[in-house]
Amino acid sequence: MDMLYQWLIAPFAEFGFMQRALLGSLLLSVSSCPVGVFLMLRRMSLAGDAMAHAILPGAAVGFLLFGLEIVPMTIGGLIAGIVVALGAGAVSRLTVQREDASMAAFYLISLALGVLIVSLRGSSVDLMHVLFGTVLALNDEALGLIGLITAITLIGLSIFWRALVAECLDPLFLRSVSRLGSPVHFVFLALVVLNLVGGFQALGTLLSVGLMMLPAAAARFWTVRVEPMCLLAIAIGAASCVAGLLLSYHASLSSGPSIILSAGVVYAVSIVAGTRGIVATRLRPASHRTA
Amino acid sequence: MAEACITFSDFTLGYNSHPAVHHLSGAVKRGSLTAVVGANGSGKSTLMKGIVGVLKPMAGGCAVAHDTRIAYLPQQSELDRSFPARVVDLVSLGLWPRRGLLGRHRPEDRDAVAKAIQAVGLGGFEKRTLDTLSGGQLQRALFARVLVQDADLILLDEPFNAIDAKTVTDLVALIKRWQGENRTVMVVVHDLDLVRAHFPEAMLLARRPIAWGDARETLAPENLLRARQFHEAWDENAPWCSPETETGGHGHSHDHDHAGHAHGGQGHAHDHHNAHAHPKPAQADARHVHGNAA
Repeated sequence: MDMLYQWLIAPFAEFGFMQRALLGSLLLSVSSCPVGVFLMLRRMSLAGDAMAHAILPGAAVGFLLFGLEIVPMTIGGLIAGIVVALGAGAVSRLTVQREDASMAAFYLISLALGVLIVSLRGSSVDLMHVLFGTVLALNDEALGLIGLITAITLIGLSIFWRALVAECLDPLFLRSVSRLGSPVHFVFLALVVLNLVGGFQALGTLLSVGLMMLPAAAARFWTVRVEPMCLLAIAIGAASCVAGLLLSYHASLSSGPSIILSAGVVYAVSIVAGTRGIVATRLRPASHRTA
Repeated sequence: MAEACITFSDFTLGYNSHPAVHHLSGAVKRGSLTAVVGANGSGKSTLMKGIVGVLKPMAGGCAVAHDTRIAYLPQQSELDRSFPARVVDLVSLGLWPRRGLLGRHRPEDRDAVAKAIQAVGLGGFEKRTLDTLSGGQLQRALFARVLVQDADLILLDEPFNAIDAKTVTDLVALIKRWQGENRTVMVVVHDLDLVRAHFPEAMLLARRPIAWGDARETLAPENLLRARQFHEAWDENAPWCSPETETGGHGHSHDHDHAGHAHGGQGHAHDHHNAHAHPKPAQADARHVHGNAA
C-alpha cells in the first residue's frame, strides 16, 4: 500500500511543480483530445501536425524580442498559426490546390523561418525548449492561459457541435441547408491553433499535436459513435498524462516525450486489442449467425 | 392558378465559361412533379446545383419563390461513409431546417425521424452504422432525410441509381405523395418508361432545353432525336454567345404566354412552360463578348 502511495501519489503530493504539470496537462487533455477526434474524422491529422510546425515562427519572434517568456511567445504563435491556417484554407478553397498540399507548403516555409529566427539569438538549448516544451516548469501565467483555452474550446465545441458533425458527415448537405459550412471550418481551424498554442508551453510545438492526435486515433478503435469517442479520447489523454509524468519522475526521463509515448502505448494496444482493432476484425470468428 | 415555385430567366450555368445549361427560361409551378431527362453531360445535375445555389450562374438567374424550403439529394453525395454515425444520426440531419444549429431536438422531431425511417423501409436499421449499409440502403436513408426536411421544393438527382425494382416502386409512391401534399418535386431520371408511367411533366435537356411540358409529349421520338444531336464535348473555339443573338429575332421571347398552346391532343394546358428550342446561336455574331447581363 505504502509502495503504491510512493509510486503513484507521493510525487504529486510532495512537489508543487508536479501538481502544476498534472493540472496543466489534464486541462490540455480535456481541451485538445475532442479537437483531435474531429481533426482525425476530417482526415486532417497531418494538417494538425503541419499547423503545429506553423506556430514556430510566431513563437520564435516572441522569443527573439522578449526572451523565454510565455505570453509574447504564445501571442506570436497564435498569430502565426492563424495566418497559416487561414492562408492554407484560402489557397485550397480559392484555387485548384488541395488543402494537404497548401498546408505542406505553408508549414515547410514557417518551420524553416522559425528555426532560423530562434537560431538568430538563442542556443540549441533554447531551441529544444521551444520545440519540445517544459511541462515541469509551468508557471501561473501558463496555467491561466491553458485554463482559458480549455474554456474557449469547450464552449466553442458545444455551440458548433451539430455543424461540425454535419460538415464532417455530409458537407454538401450542410451547404444546401445552411451557410455555416465555411465559417464552421474556420472556427474549427481556430480551435486547433488555439489548442496547439496551449499545448506548446507544456509539450513544445512539435509534440503538442501528439496529445491531440494519439488519444483520438486510439479511441477510434473502440467505438463507432462520436460522443463516446471524444470522452474516451479525453480519458486516454488524461491517463497518458498521469502515466507520463510519473514515468518521467521515477525514471528521470524527459516529461513531454514520456506523456506522448504513454499515449503511443495506448494507441499500439488499441490497434491490436480494440473492439475494432486487428484481433477483433481480422481473426475469423468461431461462429456466425444465421441472418 | 398555381403560382410559380421556380422561375428561370435566361438561366445559364457552366464550368470554365463553357455552358452546361444554356439559356433556360420558364417556370416550374408550385405542386408540380417534373422529370428532368437528357443524355450524360446534358446539364441535368448542373441545373439542380444551380437551383440549390451551390453553383453560381454565368448569366441570367433563377428565382425560387420566397420562403421556399429546399431539400436536395445530390447524385454524388459527399457523404463520408466512414464517419462514425448511425442511420438515425444521418436522418436526423434533416431536422436542420427546423432546429438549426442550437435548437433542441424534441420528442416530436424524434418521432418524425423514426417515421421517415419506417417510410423508406429501413425499420430496424436505426442503430446500424453507415459503413454497414448497402448502396441502396444508404440511398433510402438519404431519402428518409429528405422526408424529415419537410421541404416545399424537393430536388432529387438520379435517386433511383442502384436501387432494386421494389424499392423504386416504393420511392415513386413516396414522390407522388409529396406532389399530393402540394410540394414541388424535380427528379433527374434516366428510365424514360418510368417517366412516362409516373411523371406528369418532363424537361428534356441537351445543354439547351429541347422540350418542356407534358411528359409523354416531351419524350416524343422527334424530341429525343433532337436531344441526341448535341456534342457532349466542349468546343474550345466556340464563339462567344452574345446577348443580341439570343434575345433578338430568334422567335422566342421570354415572357410570352403559352396558355394558348394546345399540346397534341391531350387537352392539357401548360401555361408556364416556355419549352422553347431556340436555334443555335453558333455562327452568328462572334464580335460581342458575353455581357453577363442580368
